[in-house]
Amino acid sequence: MSDSTFLIIETLIKAAVIVAVFSALAGFATYIERKVLAFMQRRLGPTIVGPKGLLQVAADGIKLFTKEDIVPQNANKFVFKIAPVITAATAFIAMAAVPFLPAFELFGHTINPIVADVNVGILFVLGVMAVGMYGPLLGGMSQNNKWGLLGAARTVIQFLSFEVITGLSLLAPLMIMGSLSLIDINNYQTGGVSDWIVWSQPVAFVLFLIAAFAETNRTPFDLLEHEAEVIAGYATEYSGMRWGMFFIGEYANLFTVSFLASIVFLGGYNDLWFIPGAIAIILKVAAFIFFFLWTRATWPHVRPDQLMWLCWKVLMPIAIINLLITGIVILV
Amino acid sequence: MAKQEFKTIHIEEYPKTNWEAFVRFMKRMARFELFKGLGIVYGVMHRALFKGEMHTVEYPEEKLPIGPRYRAVHKLLRFMESEAERCIGCGLCEKICISNCIRMDTHIDEQSRKVVPEYSINLGRCIFCGYCAEVCPELAIVHGQRYENTSEQRAHFVLKDDMLTPLDRLKSQEEFPGFGAVTPHADELIKKTPLAY
Repeated sequence: MSDSTFLIIETLIKAAVIVAVFSALAGFATYIERKVLAFMQRRLGPTIVGPKGLLQVAADGIKLFTKEDIVPQNANKFVFKIAPVITAATAFIAMAAVPFLPAFELFGHTINPIVADVNVGILFVLGVMAVGMYGPLLGGMSQNNKWGLLGAARTVIQFLSFEVITGLSLLAPLMIMGSLSLIDINNYQTGGVSDWIVWSQPVAFVLFLIAAFAETNRTPFDLLEHEAEVIAGYATEYSGMRWGMFFIGEYANLFTVSFLASIVFLGGYNDLWFIPGAIAIILKVAAFIFFFLWTRATWPHVRPDQLMWLCWKVLMPIAIINLLITGIVILV
Repeated sequence: MAKQEFKTIHIEEYPKTNWEAFVRFMKRMARFELFKGLGIVYGVMHRALFKGEMHTVEYPEEKLPIGPRYRAVHKLLRFMESEAERCIGCGLCEKICISNCIRMDTHIDEQSRKVVPEYSINLGRCIFCGYCAEVCPELAIVHGQRYENTSEQRAHFVLKDDMLTPLDRLKSQEEFPGFGAVTPHADELIKKTPLAY
C-alpha cells in the first residue's frame, strides 16, 4: 500500500471517527445541559428513560428522526432543505483543523488526532464556522415566515458584529506566537501553566470568550432563536430531522469553540502537572461546556441593539487597544 | 414565635443622563455583578444537590401529603367496634346535594332496622362541595383522600362497594377530623401575620 493510499484511508477513518464521536457528544451535551439547567433550577431533569435518564438522548433522537418531514407550502424548498445541512456540515468541517488530543501510537503508527494539519488552522476553523452562519440565514429567509425572517436578520447582525471581535481578539495572541497552525500554538505553551497565553493575553481571552457565546448562539447572545421574542427565530418552521441537524451543528460548534479556547489560551493538550495531556484538554473543554451551561442558567438575554452596542462601541475598541499594546510590546 | 425581620430594599434611581448610565455601568462592572449572579446560581445548584433543597416530587413514586380538608372521592365509613355501617339511611345527603348526584335505596329489614342496599354518587355531576359530608349526622359519608381517579367509567369509583370501607381494612380506617380541621403541621407551614408580635 502506497503512502498516499494509506494517508487517504487514515484521513477517512479519522473523519468518520470525528463525525461519530462528536454527533454522540452533541447528543450527550443535550442531556448534560438539561441536567445541569435542571439542577440550577432545583429540578431533577430527565430521570425516567434509562438509568438517571441517560437514554433520554436516544429517545430524543428516535423521536426527532421518525417525525414527519414538513416543508412549508410557500417556502423556497431547495434552500429550505439545504440550510440545516450547511449548519451541520460546516460545524464538522471546522473540526478538520482542530487537534483534539496529543499524538498517540496505535498498531505501530503514530496517529495525530487531526484530520488536516493545515498551516492556517485557526483561520480555517474561524472561516468555516463563519460560513456556518449561512445555515440560519438561508433557513430563516427561505421558510416564508416572519419570525424566520427576523431570525435571519438577527443572524446577520450577530455575524457582522462578532466575527470582528473574534478575529481581533485572536490576532494579539497569534502575533505573539507567530503561527496560525493550532499544533504550533499548542506547542508554544509546552512549559506548564505559566506558559499559558491567558496570562499574557487576559483581555484577548475574555473577548474571545464573549465572542464565542455569540458565535455558538449561547444564552446572553442567543438572539437567533430567542423564544420569547421571535418564537424560534430561524428554526420556527423546522421540525424533526432538519431541526435536529441545526441542533447537532450548534452543539458541535460549542465543542469546537471550547477546544479552540482551550488550545489557544489554556495550554491545549500539554501535560498539566501530573495530568496527561489528553485528559487535561478534556477537562478544560468540559469546564468550558459547564461554563456555557452555567451562564445559560444565570444571565438574561440582551437585545439586538445592546448586542451591537456592546460589540462595536465597547469590545472592538478594547480589542484594538489590546492589539496596539501587544504590537508595541513586541516591537520594543 | 421568632421575631420577623423586615428589610428595606434600596432601589437605585434610574439614570437620567448618558453619563449617569455610564457611571452605573462602570460601578456594576467594578462590583462584578455578573459573577455574583453566577455564584448565586451555583449556590442554588449546590444546595439542591447536596442540602436536599430539590423541589421535584417524583410523582407516581412520591406523593405530597394532602390536607384533611381536601375534598376528593367520597368514602362511606363503618363503626370500628361493631363493624356495622354508619349510614342510617336518613337521606339528608340526598336532599342537600345541590347537583342532585346522590342516589340511595333504603328499606326496613327483618330486624326493623333501616338498611341502605344501594348508594351511589354520579361523579360526572358531583361538584365536590362537601355538603353531603357536612350534613351527615353520623359522620358516615366523608370525603376521602383518593384524588387519582383512573377507570374505564366514571361510575366505577362511586358504587357503594367502592366507597364503603372493606371489612378487612377496618383497622386502617381513619376518623374524619371534621370540616375546618387544619393540616397536621399547620403551624410550621404558615407564616404568622405581623399581629403575632
